[in-house]
Amino acid sequence: MSAYIYIIGMCVITAAIRILPLLILRRPIKNRFLRSFFYYVPYVTLSVMTFPAIVNATDSPLAGALALVAGIALAWIGANMITVSAACCLVVFIAELIV
Amino acid sequence: MTNRQAFIRGMKAGVPIALGYFAVSFSLGIAAKAVGLTPFQGFLASLLNSASAGEYALFSLIGAGASLVELVFVTIVANGRYLLMSCALGQKFPEDTPLIHRFGVGFYITDEIFSLSITTPGKLNPFINYGAIAVAVPAWSVGTALGIVAGNILPANIVSALSVALYGMFIACFVPPAKANKILLCAIPVCFLLSYLAFRMPYIGDLSEGTRAVILTVVIATVLAIAFPIKDEDGEVEV
Repeated sequence: MSAYIYIIGMCVITAAIRILPLLILRRPIKNRFLRSFFYYVPYVTLSVMTFPAIVNATDSPLAGALALVAGIALAWIGANMITVSAACCLVVFIAELIV
Repeated sequence: MTNRQAFIRGMKAGVPIALGYFAVSFSLGIAAKAVGLTPFQGFLASLLNSASAGEYALFSLIGAGASLVELVFVTIVANGRYLLMSCALGQKFPEDTPLIHRFGVGFYITDEIFSLSITTPGKLNPFINYGAIAVAVPAWSVGTALGIVAGNILPANIVSALSVALYGMFIACFVPPAKANKILLCAIPVCFLLSYLAFRMPYIGDLSEGTRAVILTVVIATVLAIAFPIKDEDGEVEV
C-alpha cells in the first residue's frame, strides 16, 4: 500500500474520534456525575501524561525530575505558560551539563 | 472578547506549544525518514494527524507494511484519548456553536491545544483554538519535514532540553487550578503515583502511553466524580 493510504486512513479515523463527540453531545450535560467526570478529566489526563513521562523524556532522569519540580514551583507562584515551559527546558539543559 | 482578540490570544499561547512541537516533530521526522518517507509525506502526515504517539505508530505501520485492519486498531488505541477530550471540550461550547466550528476545533484537538482551551475560563471561543493552531500546527508539520531532511542536526543535549517543553505546558495548565481547589491539589499527586505504578506494572506498563492515559483517566475521574461531585459554582462545565 502507498504511504498516502496509511496517512489519510489514520487522518480519517482520528478526525472521527476527535469530532464526533462535538457533533453528538451538543446539549449541556445535566447529569451531575457526568458533569463532575468531565470536570476532572482534563486535570487527571494532563497529570498522568506529565509523570513519569517527563522523567523518561530527558537523557538524564534527574534532569527531568528537576524540571518537574521547577515547573510546579513556578506555576504555583503564578508564572505564565511560556515561562514555565522555557524554565523546564533551561533546567534540563543546565542539569545535563553538570550531571 | 472579540474573535480577533481571541485569535491573537490563541497565537500567543501557541508560541510555547510551537516550540515544543518543533522539537518533538523533529525527532518524529527522524523516525519517518527511517521508514523511507519523503519530507512532503512527513509534512502531510503531521498536518493531517497532529498526534505524536499516533504518528510514531503510523510510521512503524508503514515500515511494517501493516494491513488496514491494523491501522484502524492502532489508531484507535493511540488516539482514543481524544474522544474523552472532545467530550469534555464540547461542554465548553455555547450550545449554538455552528457545525463549522465543531469541525474546525475538533480536527485539531491535540493534548496541548486541548489543555489550552479547556483551562481558558468561561465558554470556549473557537478563535482561541484557531490562533493556537495557526502557530503550532505549521511548526509541527515543518518540524517533521525538517527532521526527515536534516536528521540529527540538533545536538542531543538541545533535543533533550526541548523535549520537556510540552510537559512544562501541561504543568502550567494543571497547577493553578490545583492551587485554588483542595480536591485537585490532593488528586494530582495521587495521579502521579498511580501513573507511575501503572507504568511499572506488568501488562499495563507495556501498553502505549496514550492507552494508559485513557485507562487511568477513566478510572481516576470516575472515582473523583463519585466521591467529590462538583457543585454548580465550581463548574468549568456549568449548565
